[in-house]
Amino acid sequence: MAWYVGRRVLQMIPVFFGATLLVYALVFLLPGDPIAALGGNRPLAPGVAAQLRHQYHLDESFFQQYLTYLKGILTLDFGTSYSGRPVTEVMAQAFPVTIRLALLALLFEGVFGIGAGLIAGLRRGGVFDATLLVASLVVIAVPIFVIGFVVQIVFGVKLGWINPTVGPEASWGQLVVPALVLGSISFAYVLRLTRDSVTENLSADWVRTATAKGLSRRRVVSTHVLRNSLIPVVTFLGADLGALMAGAIVTEGIFNIPGVGHALYQAIIRGEGPTVVSIVTVLVVIYILTSLFVDLLYAVLDPRIRYV
Amino acid sequence: MSETALRAAQTRFVADLEETPLATTDQVDESTPPGGLWLEAWRTLRRRPLFIISSVIILFLIVLALFPGLFATQDPTHCELQNSLLGSTSGHPFGFDVQGCDIYSRVVYGARASVSVGVLSTAITVLVGGVIGALAGFYGGWLDAVLARLTDIFFSVPLLLGAITCMQAFPDKTVWVVALVLAVFGWPQVARIMRGSVLSVRNAEYVTAATALGASRAKNLLRHVLPNAIAPVIVIATVSLGAFIGAEATLSFLGIGLNPATTVSWGGDINQAQNVLRSNPSVLLYPAAALSLTVLSFIMLGDAVREALDPKSRKR
Amino acid sequence: MTASTRVTRGLVAAAAAALLLTACSGNSSSSSSGGSGSNAAGKGIVTANSSEPQNPLIPSNTNEEGGTKIINSIFSGLVYYDAKGAPHNDLAESITPSDPTDYTITLKSGQKWSDGTAVTAKNFVDAWNYGALSTNAQLLSSFYAPIAGYDAVSATPPTAKTLSGLKVVDDTHFTVKLSRPQADFPLQLGYIAFFPLPDKAFTDIKAFGQNPVGDGPYMLKSPTAWQHNVKIDLVPNPKYTGPRKPQNGGLTLSFYQSQEAAYNDLLAGSLDVLDAVPPSALGTFQKDLGDRAVNQPAAIFQSFTIPEKLAHFSGAEGALRRQAISYAIDRPTITKAIFKGTRTPAKDFTSPTIAGYSGDLPGNTVLSYDPSKAKQLWAQADAMSPWSGTFTLAYNADGGHQEWVDAVANGLKNTLGIQAQGKPYPTFAALRKDVTDRTMTGAFRSGWQADYPGLYDFIQPLYYTKASSNDGDYSNPQLDKLIDEAAAAKTLNESNQLLNQAQATLFKDLPAIPLWYANISGGSSQNVSNVQVGWDSIPLFYAINKQ
Repeated sequence: MAWYVGRRVLQMIPVFFGATLLVYALVFLLPGDPIAALGGNRPLAPGVAAQLRHQYHLDESFFQQYLTYLKGILTLDFGTSYSGRPVTEVMAQAFPVTIRLALLALLFEGVFGIGAGLIAGLRRGGVFDATLLVASLVVIAVPIFVIGFVVQIVFGVKLGWINPTVGPEASWGQLVVPALVLGSISFAYVLRLTRDSVTENLSADWVRTATAKGLSRRRVVSTHVLRNSLIPVVTFLGADLGALMAGAIVTEGIFNIPGVGHALYQAIIRGEGPTVVSIVTVLVVIYILTSLFVDLLYAVLDPRIRYV
Repeated sequence: MSETALRAAQTRFVADLEETPLATTDQVDESTPPGGLWLEAWRTLRRRPLFIISSVIILFLIVLALFPGLFATQDPTHCELQNSLLGSTSGHPFGFDVQGCDIYSRVVYGARASVSVGVLSTAITVLVGGVIGALAGFYGGWLDAVLARLTDIFFSVPLLLGAITCMQAFPDKTVWVVALVLAVFGWPQVARIMRGSVLSVRNAEYVTAATALGASRAKNLLRHVLPNAIAPVIVIATVSLGAFIGAEATLSFLGIGLNPATTVSWGGDINQAQNVLRSNPSVLLYPAAALSLTVLSFIMLGDAVREALDPKSRKR
Repeated sequence: MTASTRVTRGLVAAAAAALLLTACSGNSSSSSSGGSGSNAAGKGIVTANSSEPQNPLIPSNTNEEGGTKIINSIFSGLVYYDAKGAPHNDLAESITPSDPTDYTITLKSGQKWSDGTAVTAKNFVDAWNYGALSTNAQLLSSFYAPIAGYDAVSATPPTAKTLSGLKVVDDTHFTVKLSRPQADFPLQLGYIAFFPLPDKAFTDIKAFGQNPVGDGPYMLKSPTAWQHNVKIDLVPNPKYTGPRKPQNGGLTLSFYQSQEAAYNDLLAGSLDVLDAVPPSALGTFQKDLGDRAVNQPAAIFQSFTIPEKLAHFSGAEGALRRQAISYAIDRPTITKAIFKGTRTPAKDFTSPTIAGYSGDLPGNTVLSYDPSKAKQLWAQADAMSPWSGTFTLAYNADGGHQEWVDAVANGLKNTLGIQAQGKPYPTFAALRKDVTDRTMTGAFRSGWQADYPGLYDFIQPLYYTKASSNDGDYSNPQLDKLIDEAAAAKTLNESNQLLNQAQATLFKDLPAIPLWYANISGGSSQNVSNVQVGWDSIPLFYAINKQ
């Protein structure tokens, strides 16, 4: 097991560097001159522009810039934005918000997705099952920004049940509705996954044995079916945390949530390389770590899997 | 009936046979002659309502994308500002958008952009991801290690984030550019599935047999391994076609997708409709509905194909 | 804040050009300076919307609205502008020209920084020298260009550390020498680039930028009053004795990421003053807010520039085509349909909030909508050299410009029968790069937001031969001559008349096609009164009463 973890961590290293290089290159290729844009329609004095370019290393070659940036990262210095704020500060403000949002969404899709999926799976072919299947397909198909708008207009503007937008503090309570929107698509996936998994396990040998043994249906379902059915679902949920954080950009935009998506979008628009790369890098690391965690969780949940 | 079973049945601790999946598992179909995976899948598919409905919609969409002129007589790019936000009138069933363009014809003409982005990006991802995944899975060793890391790198950058960053670099955002950008961050998923699938058939008896008979490795890969490993890729391709259409619309919604001046697209129209959402929700409704229906049909098709190709889930 | 363009608000709020703005409950008739009466119970804290400053709070490094609102509140300069844009002395006792290029400036004595130290002539000279020096990389450096010695300090690397044109005489006197006559120089002195900095700023400018000590009507409530991306809390500065004395108990500027959220807060009564209405509410805000709504032209001029070197757009043929295009644009319909009346169709090349503006200059009929005239002029140009290709209008997609660009393009298409379409650039940075590199292959959107209330600022930088923002490379010796005369004029009045004469030339040549003036649209809550909007579309915060 330790050996497996070690190997996985080693494999993360090239992925980490590859991904940062990739993103850095993308940002480097962004068209436009972010320094010239700082002046608006009135151009900056040439001396000032030159000084700013030098200050942000924009007068260096791509690899020099990348190496400077890497050197900074290793000392946890992510550089400064064009407004002079350390990128770490920008991230320290944005990430907690998005993490709150993503965790709420995860909680929602976990609890309700598994619950509904379990019922649908146990009553396979029933009205409840059929309705949920169609409904989940519709949820998957409708783009998240449409869901977001509909929720915002109907519940926020027309009915006035919620505040249509979230304030700068972005508390847990304010984030509930946006989290439902963000998690809606994954909720549909979790539901379908659980349902399929439950149906499959219901016909497995051990369930048949347990049933034959005379265990109550409740016991059979809770100890035998559910536990085994959770394996693929947990895998999905683990991998989904990263995806939710990255996908929050649209939801955050609609509900005015000052999270990672917003910070990233602003940074892209302003051509702030260090900010873009740092945010994406952190997301990549979160993704890599969650996938490692999920793999290990697998071993715990499924006694048949043993890592050597 | 054993005493235990009898007691169970009486106290209803165990469900009736009909209520448990045991019935279907125990059932043996002896009436149909055995066929290949594909034949079998087709037989299942053509009886599934999900498949029939989605195929009909998709066929219709393809016709719409190829010959929009058959369905709409108005030029979608002819817009008179005087008509701005007018409701439906004869000849203009959906009314007009902010610019005074006919919404109905824009919805009709918008199908082309969505369908072509979806088809193109899917084709590229299947090609690139398929080749990389197959090579990695089949040859293994250092090639696998290198390709797996490469796949991981691209896989770890989320599709939407990567695409948002990448899109900025292209001044002229044509259907090709959008398809390419989506494919750049979409192929790793196909590669992973292909690799896993190839790994599972690589050591099958028929492959070993072919090798024993002197077939070259490359020939073996093409002739024996690929045809047997492609099924999961087809499933993911169908589903991701829908997903790419959704992603294209999301990019357009964010204002960085297809060039709105040269391409009529649902995402672009939805983006423009945001501002009048409160006063004229229908302007957003029509393109959003068309988009959702399209994505839905591809996902339904993918779902049907998956069930058909996956013998485990084929219960009846 | 020269750029009406730069402000890229939230994802969804692709708000039009960054408007500032606000409101007036009833008595917006600007009786200018602060103390209009009813300050009896008005000591509440006023909340207003703003955006996170993009730079540390150093006057010479602030060129966008978020920072400007704060700087204007916590700093005072030699003069301030009233709601109409007329300059009045703030810290200055007098600004006296001894000849067209030499000024002697006298400060009122006894003025203090919020930490109790005296405001001296040296504070002004130091601040301007700091702002001008290229190695300090201050965004407003170019504003010191009229002062003698600017070339030396702005070079890379600089050949002098200080401006030779600035001399401290004693604590309350300093002199300024300009490198050439500049009729409106005293008018410029109210702009934030010409604000002073205390001595302590230079010991640690970085820390100072986070927690500045100012000499304005307000000061930061505490060293950590600036909560990044959230808000900044300002309280009245007890040391300030000037004419802008706060009539309320403080000012909190909340940094909204979307105008949508700000607007909702205003409706809910949790925001007092709003200066930007979200696109989704443009059609309804005047009804929602009633007499608390504000919708009036701002000092923002919007246009599109057709580069001189573009094929078919130079010489006599070019003049015809430019006029045809201008006649083909239905400004009133576009401002109504697209902007719901929150733009005012342009009547000249400046802005109605600027002293000297005239809405009926000879030749401005070219800005009216006349499709038949447009067709006729276009046909005349075609007779000289037939048109081919597509007319493109470039814009940055991050600023909410697509709608009007599409509307203009559709108008040209329908009226002139040519191919016309918008050409989106993903970001303002990308658009500006092609503009400054002169690689534009079509027309591009342009605009100007005044830094100080002077007509000269709308004309010289944009249309004088080789001027800094003459992005279309327009050149007309006749215009240059009039601008030179205006700069050398004895009085502002005379200068403005010459500039308005110069506009006659612009109407003929149309280096840029004027479109409209952006409005400031916003409103105020029921809790506040005496909300006036300044000439620069920033509310006069100090004058607001709050119960």
